[in-house]
Amino acid sequence: MEEKKVTKNDLFWTFVRSNFLLGSFNFERMQAIGFCVSMMPILKRVYGDRKDELKKALKRHLEFFNTQPFVAAAIMGIIGAMEEKKANGADISDATLSGVKVGLIGPLAGVGDPIFWGTLRPVLAALGAGIALTGSLLGPIIFFVAFNVIRLATHWYGVKYGYEKGTELVENIGGHQMHFLTEGSSVLGLLVMGALVAKWTTVNMPLVISEYDNALGDHVVTTLQSILDSLMPGLVALLMTFACMWLLKRGINPLIIIIGLFAIGIVGYAIGLFA
Amino acid sequence: MSEFQLFALFVVAAITGMASVLDEAQFHRPIIACTLTGLVLGDVTTGVILGGTLEMMALGWMNVGAAMAPDAALASVVSAILVIVGHQSIGAGIALAVPLAAAGQVLTIFVRTITVFFQHLADKYADEGNMRGIEFCHFAGLMLQALRVALPAVAIAMVAGTDTVNNALASIPEVITRGLQVAGGFIVVVGYAMVINMMNAGKLMVYFFLGFLIAVFTDVNLIGFGAIGAICAYFHIKDMQTNIAIEEAAKTGGGGSAVEGDDIDDSELM
Repeated sequence: MEEKKVTKNDLFWTFVRSNFLLGSFNFERMQAIGFCVSMMPILKRVYGDRKDELKKALKRHLEFFNTQPFVAAAIMGIIGAMEEKKANGADISDATLSGVKVGLIGPLAGVGDPIFWGTLRPVLAALGAGIALTGSLLGPIIFFVAFNVIRLATHWYGVKYGYEKGTELVENIGGHQMHFLTEGSSVLGLLVMGALVAKWTTVNMPLVISEYDNALGDHVVTTLQSILDSLMPGLVALLMTFACMWLLKRGINPLIIIIGLFAIGIVGYAIGLFA
Repeated sequence: MSEFQLFALFVVAAITGMASVLDEAQFHRPIIACTLTGLVLGDVTTGVILGGTLEMMALGWMNVGAAMAPDAALASVVSAILVIVGHQSIGAGIALAVPLAAAGQVLTIFVRTITVFFQHLADKYADEGNMRGIEFCHFAGLMLQALRVALPAVAIAMVAGTDTVNNALASIPEVITRGLQVAGGFIVVVGYAMVINMMNAGKLMVYFFLGFLIAVFTDVNLIGFGAIGAICAYFHIKDMQTNIAIEEAAKTGGGGSAVEGDDIDDSELM
């Protein structure tokens, strides 16, 4: 039997399909169909001439799957390498394949979620939104281009290195480097979040506390805001952030919190606390 | 609104609907979705500004694990239609976006439940070895997500700007719209809180406070913060490596010096 070999072209088409991983997301098996569809170019290559094996492989990859969609590409590469070995007669059982797949879901989501959703997107989105508020098209363009360049690179190198390194990569994922990457990006993300809380949160409390003419004849108005600013600018925003973190940790739906803040805004405006 | 505009709006809304489930290219994020809607409706500047405002609010809306974010796609497209075609203020746009995001979330939950049917159909096709069939199931799910935003968006575009809708929106008292605008200034804290919680910060919170203090007392811009953050991350990782080296040296009962952090290849950092 001739040796089955996945071509670069197959990897490319798996990369293309990996961009649609979540298309048929459903509450039963989540990204299962998307994973199966993404694996098809590779499965077709290695099992194309053995229909029974192909059917089994398709069924295998319709099992439950759900992880961060960008890092999922690496799992596709690794599983692709294993399927190729299996097709060439290596003793890899269905259980092993499922085990590797399911085993990678958690650790990779654990790396991908804080990096992409926790750091990269909020930081780039805040940068873009800051520019967009001035009405400049540059804002959306910077966000879109920067995010997608990094995203597509993650997809492509995920599939490529996943395939080349195969199971070797499985050991690395549990290792120190991934942990470094996650914590490092959290450090950067948190620092930027701290800055955003201070800079891009607008709270203005013009409530007048005292009003008098001083010895020089100047009219001095002390508002709630000026007192708070002399303590620490941004203090109210900081306290609000902590309150939200606390509420979210207690499992309150973010939309409820948002509606609550709207109510505070309306009532505060009506009684003259906010402006 | 011309027929061409309605058609273009349908396409844009469909793209954002697909993007909202895919979460890949980010067409569903307000900053992109509002911009594209503005482009189609002939007022790109308003679209960009509304997009930037809503983006700040939605900064922390993310799909993590099985949890679903409020739906930015429907919220962005429909509030952009109402602001641009219905001549509403940005403040009204923000106010409308929240219930729309909740409505969009209900619609996507509905579609994600219906798609379970396609999951079982795909099983059947797998038994037959029919790859085209499985691909059909996949894209059928995606199309439903496209329609769930495109149909409501077009329906609203057809009535937006009519007297009935304008009068309804105009009857909202000023204290509400102004109050919502005020709240729009600090509503972003929910997003920040979601991001911080998700990073499970713990002892890393010290970096959050550092960022806060630098921002309060200096004029460093966001790019500067990115650079400072990268340097902090470098030292943080360096520190972690040293600790690991000490632990390992302790475990092996290590002779010689305990701290050999410098032996670790710096190229591992990036």
